[in-house]
Amino acid sequence: MNLRLHIWRQAGPNDTGMLKTYDLANVSEHMSFLEMLDVLNEELIAKGEIPVAFDHDCREGICGTCGMVINGRPHGPLARTTACQLHMRTFKDGDEIYIEPWRAKAFPVLRDLVVDRGSFDRIIQKGGFVSVNTGNAQDGNTIPIGKPDADRAMDAAACIGCGACVAACPNSSAMLFTAAKIGHLASLPQGQAERSSRAMNMVLQMDTEGFGACTNHYECEAACPKGISAEFIAQMNRDFVASALGGKG
Amino acid sequence: MELNSALPGGPIQQRWDKHRAELKLVNPANKRKFSVIVVGTGLAGASASATLAELGYNVQAFTYHDSARRAHSIAAQGGINAAKNYQNDGDSVWRLFYDTVKGGDFRARESNVYRLAQVSVNIIDQCVAQGVPFAREYGGYLSNRSFGGAQVSRTFYAKGQTGQQLLLGAYQALMRQVGLGKVKLHNKQEMMDLIVVDGRARGIVTRDLVTGVVRSHMADAVILATGGYGNVFYLSTNAKACNVTATYRAHKRGALFANPCYTQIHPTCIPQSGDYQSKLTLMSESLRNDGRIWVPKTKGDHRSPDQIPESDRDYYLERKYPSFGNLSPRDIASRAAKEVCDEGRGVGPGGLGVYLDFSDAIRRLGEKAIADRYGNLFEMYERITGENPYKVPMRIYPAVHYTMGGLWVDYNLMSNVPGLFVLGEANFSDHGANRLGASALMQGLADGYFVIPYTIGGYLAQGGLAAVSSEGAEAQQAVKDAEQKIQTLLSIGGKRSPDSFHRELGKIMWDKCGMARNESGLKEALQRIPELREEFWQNLVVPGSGTELNQSLERGLRVADFLEFAELMCFDALQRNESCGGHFREEYQTEDGEALRNDDDYCYVAAWEHTGVGNTPTLHKEPLSFENVKLATRSYK
Ligand SMILES: Cc1cc2nc3c(=O)[nH]c(=O)nc-3n(C[C@H](O)[C@H](O)[C@H](O)COP(=O)(O)OP(=O)(O)OC[C@H]3O[C@@H](n4cnc5c(N)ncnc54)[C@H](O)[C@@H]3O)c2cc1C
Ligand code: FES
Repeated sequence: MNLRLHIWRQAGPNDTGMLKTYDLANVSEHMSFLEMLDVLNEELIAKGEIPVAFDHDCREGICGTCGMVINGRPHGPLARTTACQLHMRTFKDGDEIYIEPWRAKAFPVLRDLVVDRGSFDRIIQKGGFVSVNTGNAQDGNTIPIGKPDADRAMDAAACIGCGACVAACPNSSAMLFTAAKIGHLASLPQGQAERSSRAMNMVLQMDTEGFGACTNHYECEAACPKGISAEFIAQMNRDFVASALGGKG
Repeated sequence: MELNSALPGGPIQQRWDKHRAELKLVNPANKRKFSVIVVGTGLAGASASATLAELGYNVQAFTYHDSARRAHSIAAQGGINAAKNYQNDGDSVWRLFYDTVKGGDFRARESNVYRLAQVSVNIIDQCVAQGVPFAREYGGYLSNRSFGGAQVSRTFYAKGQTGQQLLLGAYQALMRQVGLGKVKLHNKQEMMDLIVVDGRARGIVTRDLVTGVVRSHMADAVILATGGYGNVFYLSTNAKACNVTATYRAHKRGALFANPCYTQIHPTCIPQSGDYQSKLTLMSESLRNDGRIWVPKTKGDHRSPDQIPESDRDYYLERKYPSFGNLSPRDIASRAAKEVCDEGRGVGPGGLGVYLDFSDAIRRLGEKAIADRYGNLFEMYERITGENPYKVPMRIYPAVHYTMGGLWVDYNLMSNVPGLFVLGEANFSDHGANRLGASALMQGLADGYFVIPYTIGGYLAQGGLAAVSSEGAEAQQAVKDAEQKIQTLLSIGGKRSPDSFHRELGKIMWDKCGMARNESGLKEALQRIPELREEFWQNLVVPGSGTELNQSLERGLRVADFLEFAELMCFDALQRNESCGGHFREEYQTEDGEALRNDDDYCYVAAWEHTGVGNTPTLHKEPLSFENVKLATRSYK
């Protein structure tokens, strides 16, 4: 198939950036979306132009490195599918495709489609863990955890930290990302000791980083390639309020 | 050069305890006076950084990823082994040790493997305490499944995302230490070189991938946990950025590289679909618990799979290896697939595929049970191929997956360069010539959580470390070398992109040093690789500059190292005149096509010393002795 691509080009953090148009011919339907960009980049290099910078690594939908807004939707048109797992059979001959970076104050653009997501790491630093040093642990089976709790923890822990939730949110809120980690640990007995301070500290860091507030649009849930449920946000809010009332933090 | 592997003596069950008791200790107040560089934040690096910081050391951790959470370890699907014997099915530390030595085709060190089996049980406990959501039974207890090469169920898992959950556990422990100020984390920094001062590893040179700044970092010891080199084949199941630069640069600075030719080809990957293919996707081996592998009995049978009756199917693994069947070890299952495809019985485009069929399991257990076990893998398969594996059997083909070779290390995980430690897939230590499924995660975490925290203390406590600084001659020279190399790459101004060289190199390696190797093919590769390298330095084009985010430059630098390293792999494969594990030399096979090992002449670790680019490297041999598991021909029949 032949495609017309409109891609965000921005040489560096201080450049203003703009959409540039490229025509790409003979795209196979079996290619992944990123392979299509690889082919474009090889053509650009051959022509002596600068290839499009984009982040990726596993190309299996698990590392959370890839991320781009495709035709207005984070990771593109398919539900529960990262950009790297999107295949060209989703598109058809003659399509025009708009490709842009995540847009959020807390995710500054570094170049083209590459953004800095360091703010996510700093949120985790504030409490997204169980404080247990290596060597402290007792036998794994001494803490039985019912299958429903274990499964619920796993559902939340499946977050890949890609940032699509932020890109989808009209307020650029990081609620779903933060709630997923809080929800993972709050579903398990191991996470209880620090439950209240965790919610407080992580939410405060989220605000410090410049992420917006949640006004219940739930675009995040729809955009999440791992299908993380927005119910975890409600739980986080309860934990946060409980923590604030308890005066802990 | 004398290779001192520092192996403790005595009964194998007591060696690690005895060794730990004899290691010198750094007292708690002194730990904060020592600084340690850890390159890599995968399972091995993150677990090491977190644990060393908990102990009080000052840690500087480096990764080329934008976050420590994204290392290649995240992609591991199937699970992690541990000798817990929760299933009461006869497992024990001894059996895990035995299976690993045998699975490695008797080319690993007994002492290391025994220690690995011992600490495996602590890993599970530690991860559970961190909140890793391992799969549970309804009663709340940990669930297990079985993996290739074992007859017990000892694999712990978190859906099909075990690597992700283990890595997030280690990452969270690491971020806690970053928050506490005990670890300084450097994201998006690529190690370009090792700095050796007075014969000891004392620092690294890095390039900032955003600004392009090249600089040195100094410390009392350097740990490399930089993963494997499977991407030398271009197409592999490894993440795209995986590369050999860190370990290869250390090799050029004097560290020996051990068994580079031992690479693992995984039997269950999605076949290639075209020449734009950028990587191959693994379908976890755990699928072989319930999927049955088959091809048509006759060549050229192009009926669709549901039209082929039972009587016309060849379940070749069940037929050839009745006691392990579909769960035969990876090297054996991969070669068997190649064999049936070479016979013309392969399925799918180009005949490079075999069926992995779940219809029996779905009939037996129901679609829901299968979805519970493998749902995300089935989804992934459908996304990539456009076919529904609940209805149509999967098509799979072997692909490069893991590298058993790596930098040579002693029992303390220290290379022959004092102060340079190597953990995880980057070292060679525990898997011999073939790694069993679910054992890489175990090894990475064993090294990081439970081995290095002890052994590095033994090194640092010996003292004798002079003060060093970035102003020193060695550091300045190493920075200059790296800057020079970048400038050279940028100024070639040729016509071919880094990727095009990488693809060509990968093809040579897959054809000549892949699933099967022979003398003439390896000699041909040893001719073609230097020619390709020559062309690379004449005809490469890297657009842009060195002082900005430049992904073509990153690739160019990595490919430059692969082009040198590939030669080393071929030298190693050529000298090993036997077949063992993942190394199959066509000249050395039994009448029915099984690998023919030669214990009289090749029961050693091949550790290579660098002697200059383009020169034949020098081979050092570390003899292996088997006192506990009797050397025997591996049989899975
Ligand atoms: C698809 C797939 C599935 C797998 N499934 C399983 C499984 O189910 N069970 C199992 O046991 N094993 C499995 N494995 C193998 C296992 O995942 C790996 O062997 C293991 O995770 C390697 O961990 P590591 O910490 O050694 O290295 P990695 O996770 O590869 O980490 C390397 C780190 O080093 C950094 N790095 C590398 N070079 C540099 C440099 N020059 N400068 C700065 N940083 C650098 C990277 O940024 C990264 O942080 C699987 C592998 C693949 C490919
Ligand atoms: S590249 Fe890893 S999730 Fe897309």
